[in-house]
Amino acid sequence: MFNVDKIRQDFPMLQGKTNEGKPLIYLDNGATTLKPNSVIEAVNNYYQNISSNINRGDYKLAYLVDQAYESARETVANFINCQNKEVVFTYGTTHALNQIAYGYGLNNLKKDDEILITIAEHASNTLPWYRLAAFTKAKVKFIPLDKKGRITAKNVKKMLNEKVKIVSITHVSNVLGCINDIKEISKVVHNFNAILVVDAAQSAPHIKIDVKALDCDFLVFSGHKMCGPTAVGVMYGKYHLLENTQPLMLGGGMNTRFDTNFNVSLKDVPYKFEAGTTNIEAVLGLEAAINYLQKIGLDRIASYEKQLKDYAINRLKKLDNVIVYNPEADIGIISFNVLDKGKIIFGQDVASYLSKHGLCLRSGNHCAKNLWQYLNTDSTVRCALYFYNTKEEVDKLIEVLETTTLEKCIDVIL
Amino acid sequence: MHTIKDNPILKREIMMDHYESPRNFQLSNDSFYRQIHVYSQSCQDDIHLQILINKDIIEDVRFEGKACVIATAATSIMTELIKGCSIKQANEIIENYFAMINQKEYDENLLKEAVALETIGKQANRISCATLSWNGLKELLNENEKKQSESNKN
Repeated sequence: MFNVDKIRQDFPMLQGKTNEGKPLIYLDNGATTLKPNSVIEAVNNYYQNISSNINRGDYKLAYLVDQAYESARETVANFINCQNKEVVFTYGTTHALNQIAYGYGLNNLKKDDEILITIAEHASNTLPWYRLAAFTKAKVKFIPLDKKGRITAKNVKKMLNEKVKIVSITHVSNVLGCINDIKEISKVVHNFNAILVVDAAQSAPHIKIDVKALDCDFLVFSGHKMCGPTAVGVMYGKYHLLENTQPLMLGGGMNTRFDTNFNVSLKDVPYKFEAGTTNIEAVLGLEAAINYLQKIGLDRIASYEKQLKDYAINRLKKLDNVIVYNPEADIGIISFNVLDKGKIIFGQDVASYLSKHGLCLRSGNHCAKNLWQYLNTDSTVRCALYFYNTKEEVDKLIEVLETTTLEKCIDVIL
Repeated sequence: MHTIKDNPILKREIMMDHYESPRNFQLSNDSFYRQIHVYSQSCQDDIHLQILINKDIIEDVRFEGKACVIATAATSIMTELIKGCSIKQANEIIENYFAMINQKEYDENLLKEAVALETIGKQANRISCATLSWNGLKELLNENEKKQSESNKN
C-alpha cells in the first residue's frame, strides 16, 4: 500500500505551508521538487559534522568527506546500473549536456557532420548543439516526432546516415510527458556508429533507469528534480567515451601535474571532469535523495504517479473549458490550456489566478521553444505531479479550473 | 462620471474591453513609423510597437503581438492615451504611469483608463507585463530625441 499521507510527513514544505494565504498545492514538479527531511539533514550534516574539502586533505576529517563523497558516487552508480568511475558529478543536466557537447563534440565532429535532436528538447539539449555546430560547421537536424509526440526508432532511423555522429534526445519530454523507447533507438543509432546522448532530467525522478539495458552512451540528469538539492547533477558516460572527452573546466582537483612548459596531465575519469571545489553538500544530499526514492521504490512511485495522472486526466477531460494536449502521457506531466468563450486564456493569466488558490503551476513554453509548431499553441499551463501529490490536490485544481474565467484572471490584479 | 480608482468592476470592464478589442491593433507598412519589438525575458509577451511622429506630435501609435491580458490591455490603453499627444505631453503621461505602477503619487486625470492598472503591484511578478510596451514607448521617444538633437547639430 502506497501511503501518501505518511510520505508527506517527510516533507517540511508539505507541513501547513501557504501560497498567497491558501494551503500550498505544489504542482510544479517538472521545474523542481520539494525536499524530504533526510535530504535536508544530509546537507546540514555536511556543514555541521564533516565540513572539509574533498580530494585534498591528509587529516582524518577530510578522509571522512572523501569517503562520503565516493559513497555518493557508488549510490548513483547503483541507481542507474553502471560502474562508479562512469559517474561524473556536475552542477546539473545543463552543465552535463554542455560538457558533452564541447568536451566530446569539439574533438569528434568535423564540417558537415550531423547532430540529431528533436523539437521537443529542452533549451539545454538544444542550444549547446547549435553552438557546437557553429564551432565545427556540423549541422543540427531535427528528428520528426510521431503523432503522439514520441521519438520513435523508426523516425530516428530515417534521419540516420554516415554523417550523423551524435543523437541527443530526451528520455521523457518536459511538456509532453511520454517515455521514449531509448533501448530501440540506441540499437539503430549504434548501427550507424553514432553515439546516443539521453537527457534523463524528467525520467530519472519517476522511473527506474538502467543505462546498461538502455545501452545509451551518455545519460544526464539533475538532483533537484528528484528530491535532491539544486546545482548538482550527474553525467553518466561509457568509460571509453569519458576517456575520449575533454573536461569543460580546468582547475584544481582535476589535474595531477603541470609546469611552466605547459605540460599538463589530468587525473583519470571521472575526476578530470570535477574541477574546483564541487558542490559537496549537494552531492551528499543527492545520495540521500536517491536512498529516499529507493526506500519507497521507483516502481511504486511510477505506479502511484500513473494512477494519479490517469485520475487527473479523466477529470480534466470532463471539463468543457480545458484542452489537454497530452492525454496519453506516460508520466505525470499534463499540459493544458483554459478556454473562455472558446478562446484560450493566456497561460500566464491562468497561472496567476491559480496562485490565488494556493496552486503552484507553471505557464509558458517550459524552455522547449521549438515544440510549439507541433502543439499549435504558444504556451501551456503545466501540471507536473510527483509521488507526494494527492487526489485531493488534483480535485482542488479541477474545482478551480472549472470556474476559471478571463474576468477572474483579471481580478487578481484589481 | 464614475471614477476608475477603487472601482474594481469598472477596472475589470476596461481590461476586458481592451483585451478583447485592442485599439490600434494593426501595424503600418509606412516606413516613416518608428518601430520597436519588445518581449519579456521571462514569459511569452511579445509585442511590436510603432509610433509616427510629425514635428512634435505623436500622430499615430500602433501595435501587434501576442501577450497576456495585462500586457495587451496596458498596451491598448497606452496607444489611446498617447495618440495625438505632443512629445512633452506623452512624456508626462509616461512619467505618471510609472509613478502609479510604483505606488507613488500620480495624476488620475492624465492616465484615464490606465488607472485600471493601479494595483498591479499586488502581483509584483506581473509588473513587467504592465510596463513592457510602456518601456518600449520610452525607448522610441528617446531614440527620436537623439535623432532630433543630432539633426539639429548638423
